Amino acid sequence: MSSLIRYISKPHPVTGVTNAKLGTWCFLASEVMLFGGLFSTYVLLRTGASHWPRGSELLNVPLATLNTLILITSSVTMVMSWASLAMKDFPKYRFYMASTILLGLAFLGVKSFEYGSKFSHHHFPSTDPFYAIYFTLTGLHGLHVLGGIIVNTYFLFPGSALWRTEPEQFTGRIECAGLYWHFVDLVWIFLFPVLYLL
Amino acid sequence: MSGHAPEAVKKHVKIYVAVFAALATLTVVTVAVSYLHLPLRKAVVVALAIATVKASLVALFFMHLISERKVIFSILALTLIFFLALLTLPFLSS
Repeated sequence: MSSLIRYISKPHPVTGVTNAKLGTWCFLASEVMLFGGLFSTYVLLRTGASHWPRGSELLNVPLATLNTLILITSSVTMVMSWASLAMKDFPKYRFYMASTILLGLAFLGVKSFEYGSKFSHHHFPSTDPFYAIYFTLTGLHGLHVLGGIIVNTYFLFPGSALWRTEPEQFTGRIECAGLYWHFVDLVWIFLFPVLYLL
Repeated sequence: MSGHAPEAVKKHVKIYVAVFAALATLTVVTVAVSYLHLPLRKAVVVALAIATVKASLVALFFMHLISERKVIFSILALTLIFFLALLTLPFLSS
């Protein structure tokens, strides 16, 4: 495979980065536009509404704060899993990657509880524009967290076999997976105040 | 970054811990400010300013932008232009 796709572990002489990293950043640019469109929709709905509730009046701020701290911690464990590989410490990599996955699952668990609470009070996306954009933005973000968990789980178990044969390439893969995971954290950093606090 | 020497990465680890502490503190500050019940315009400015600082910390240190190559910044600059254009659209319609 490495003979077909070049510069996946060594930087390309023209760009100075690996093709894998360049591709990941291009993908993240498209993700910015995806969420950007929805943030724009939020602004349009809010500025066009005669009344818009404060998120803190309707949503559970302490739970969302907990989720923010969970996601921030998972970003640290994710970058530590990359740093462990860069320091050639594979057992530590496994510990930090497993922690990242568990924290991601904890985030989704808390989010599911929040959703359950909303549904039990008959608050659905069809209830009003606030809940429509709340469920759309947090739902899409939640799907991204789930996608990250699936990729990270692959790299924790079957994907980690690459470490034995191509450690540099595997470290690059974890760096790219990390870029995605940090992006998901970054989106939440904006979603939290916009939806819950303002 | 994947080509960094183990010694250099050990120094990074200390920075990651410091960034984590800053992010956690700023999260608490964001929530605390929301209890001040500022007027909406001020609340938006403060909340987005704190979120921008937090996002910058994540991008600079966890995503290694602080030591990234020019080509990545070129992609991000282009993305930023289109992102800002998207956010401007709602105001053009009114």
